[in-house]
Amino acid sequence: MTGTHEAGVVSPSEHTPLVSGANGDIAADLDITNEQQLRYIAGQAADARVNIELETEGMTLNIGPQHPATHGTLRIVARLDGEQVISAEPIMGYMHRGYEKLTEVRTYPQVTTLINRIDWVGSFANEVPFILAAEDLMDVEAPPRAQYIRTALFEMGRIANIMLFLGDMPVQLGGVTAIFYAFRDREFVLNQIESATGGRFHPNFNRIGGVKDDLPAGWIKETKTAMQKVRDFCDEIEDLVMGNEIFQSRCRGVGIIPPDVGKAYGLSGANLRASGVDWDLRRDADSPLAWKDLDWKVWTHPDGDSFSRFWVRLQETRESSYMVEQLLDGLPSGPIMAKVPRIIKVPAGESYVQTENPLGAMGYYVISKGELTPFRVKIRTASFSNMSISPWLLEGVYVPDIATILASLYFILGDIDR
Amino acid sequence: MPKVPGLVTGLGVTAKTFFKTVFPDGPTKPPAPSKGAHTVQYPHVKEAPPDRARGVIALHHDNCTACMLCARECPDWCIYIEGHKELAPPRRAGGKPRQKNKLDRFDIDFALCMYCGICVDVCPFDALFWSPEFEFSEMKIADMLHDKSRLADWMHTVPEWGAYEAGAEVKTKKLPSPSS
Amino acid sequence: MLSTLLALNPPYWVETLTKIGIGLVAVLLPTGALVYLFLFKMMSFMQSRLGPMETGPYGQLQLLAEFGKFLQKEDIFPSKADRFVFGAAPFVVLVSTFLLVLVLPAGPDTHFVDLNTGIYFAMAVSSVSVIGILMAGWGSNSKYSLLGGIRAAGQLIAYELPLVLSVVGVVIMAGTLNMKGIVAAQADFGIWFIIPQIIGFFIFMVAVQAELTQPPFDMPVAESELVTGYLTEYSGIRFLLFFIGEFATAAVFSAIGATLFLGGWTIPFVDANAAIMDYIGPLVLAAKMVFIAFLIFWFRITFPRFREDQLQRLAWKFLIPLSLANIVVTAIFKVVF
Repeated sequence: MTGTHEAGVVSPSEHTPLVSGANGDIAADLDITNEQQLRYIAGQAADARVNIELETEGMTLNIGPQHPATHGTLRIVARLDGEQVISAEPIMGYMHRGYEKLTEVRTYPQVTTLINRIDWVGSFANEVPFILAAEDLMDVEAPPRAQYIRTALFEMGRIANIMLFLGDMPVQLGGVTAIFYAFRDREFVLNQIESATGGRFHPNFNRIGGVKDDLPAGWIKETKTAMQKVRDFCDEIEDLVMGNEIFQSRCRGVGIIPPDVGKAYGLSGANLRASGVDWDLRRDADSPLAWKDLDWKVWTHPDGDSFSRFWVRLQETRESSYMVEQLLDGLPSGPIMAKVPRIIKVPAGESYVQTENPLGAMGYYVISKGELTPFRVKIRTASFSNMSISPWLLEGVYVPDIATILASLYFILGDIDR
Repeated sequence: MPKVPGLVTGLGVTAKTFFKTVFPDGPTKPPAPSKGAHTVQYPHVKEAPPDRARGVIALHHDNCTACMLCARECPDWCIYIEGHKELAPPRRAGGKPRQKNKLDRFDIDFALCMYCGICVDVCPFDALFWSPEFEFSEMKIADMLHDKSRLADWMHTVPEWGAYEAGAEVKTKKLPSPSS
Repeated sequence: MLSTLLALNPPYWVETLTKIGIGLVAVLLPTGALVYLFLFKMMSFMQSRLGPMETGPYGQLQLLAEFGKFLQKEDIFPSKADRFVFGAAPFVVLVSTFLLVLVLPAGPDTHFVDLNTGIYFAMAVSSVSVIGILMAGWGSNSKYSLLGGIRAAGQLIAYELPLVLSVVGVVIMAGTLNMKGIVAAQADFGIWFIIPQIIGFFIFMVAVQAELTQPPFDMPVAESELVTGYLTEYSGIRFLLFFIGEFATAAVFSAIGATLFLGGWTIPFVDANAAIMDYIGPLVLAAKMVFIAFLIFWFRITFPRFREDQLQRLAWKFLIPLSLANIVVTAIFKVVF
């Protein structure tokens, strides 16, 4: 502490810092003179005066939380200048259900039931990374037939999810017919999931060590018919939506994400692949599921705009339908459940498993202390990271483009808010 | 030949769907949109869900020993069980009287139920079964609590165990015969 | 029919009331038919679903049910809204529509008024609805409505020009602004104006789609962004009036299009001045109106919407030069041949 401090009296020529807290040494270390501080304050004041004079009145528009364009309760506070967006900020959390806290007091089968509801359209895909993490901790591997069934249902969940997107994005842009075709043809896929698992959206079919039950007779043939309908639907959407000049002029060049920006913001899934980054966890991560046995390709697109995100997802849907057919053709016979004790106590340890969910990369970080319930589960969801790019992306676009960009990023609120 | 503009192909798709909906049997037969559209006109026409659909839970209370496993494992705690111990006559003459659990109350609150199926899985005595019935809406929430007799009634709607696909090692099970 | 009715020499008030009654029926009946046929049924069939089926046989009474529903709703005024402007907006839009039907001829002697500048009057009166929409957007005192109203103003003014210019081509060919004269000219030439004026017809259809704020030009009512744009704050009867106005304008513009391009109430090979046409004429006109409305709704169902700047670019940089070129070419052909 240097010198005496009489209230309000400071001699400018001294080296006495204006800031002095409990550790006055900090201020001394920083070696800020009074003059520098006063000059700084004066500069800020001048800046503020200029800002007020030049500032045009912008309109603050609240999009949501109740709004047809946002897939749920997302609120976007946009400051507009006429029809152009100056800044847009998403405010999430209206649907937070406390999943990570809930898992601390639920046993593993109960957690499997709950996490079905995170990305509620991608049904089966939510359970898989959690079960894989638990199997990793228990050092148990599911038999090959179970892995094939899991992969088939995973891909069917992906198909159901992306078909909704293929219908929903045109609706956001004004073409109301596509979504009815999407729901109509999605029914076939959901019926197949229901006849195998009992639930259309929340199958709850995975168990640690395998799947709950085997496939009913006739399922393989029916599913192949459903996959053909999926491909017909993709062709229809290509004709109705993708080839449409109005759709292309609304989407091409809108919301371009350069690949390095995408990677920096943690994007994943089709959003990243549409910027040209060749990254797919089904191929690149070492997963016990059956993707490595299949013959498939990863679709990427060099532009990073909204149209390419739509295009990539359409191709992925077709690819998934072929993958399901390959899986069902090559389904090995055998048991569907490995030997696990009746009461599941996962041994102590930590495990993180990430899979390529329909919305992106979803991961579960499971910490177990050897009890019936997990100690902590951290859920890394794809949509949360996908939304983080929206303030950067929505700067300077027109108001209609907000709808286009948000629709093309494709998030589900349950996935963002958990 | 120049490429047909996308606008025109789009019009073609909607026109094709229009004709398929209105004339599902071809242009020579009279229009039948109720048949061509994909709408199922519930409640005049009912669609049957698949056999495994998780509609409602049925209880076969002959098998139930009030072990409370289902009530414990339910994520929502929507099963209410009460039971008491009874002495049953010994199996052979001169033996010890057996202690049996008798079920007094078995209620499932379907307003809380998540339809997850953990109770059905976890039951060690195969007393709970899934039934694809889904039409049990009530006017009052209190009526959504199904008691023991109502749950036993649902047993009539439980379908027989279905056959499995080729290559399955799981065996089909038989449903228990209806309880008294 | 008009001369027979006038020959009865009714007092002026009887004549006026009858004309008002017939005018209301002439607008509302096609509106109801259009709403049912196209909005409820055709849209549903194109989307693989059935539409309303429960109210009446095949859902025919759905419009009546909606009418009753809107009537019994609360009449909400936003707290800081300008009461007069907010309240009067639906009526302004409707008045312009009802005035349009005055110049439509439905037979050699079936019309309300025989104006010598018939089509000019129609184009002028249809622009009044822009004021109504601006009143709705501004009077609602809500940011969504304001955005919708401003977009509407820009769009409707931009597309007035191609609409009028495409009609000028027809007028040049017919040689008169009188609607009955245009129909008579088509009967005299023996060919409906759609064939020589195919480009004009195309521009007319696009401009009508934009004037009605139907997709692909429905930025003012862009549901997925602005809820319902300038209509957001309206509820109950006032919303119903806007709704009726939208479909009534569609019906009337389709009828005008049928008169200009499809020969109005004439049928080929039938003498245009026969007395029987007084009774068949309205039916023929209704059938042609349904055809053009079918085209309007088909485009509405299929296409996504344009962004505002793309919409304006389409109007100013493409449609107006095209329609001017159409006028020049028509004029040259008219003089040379």
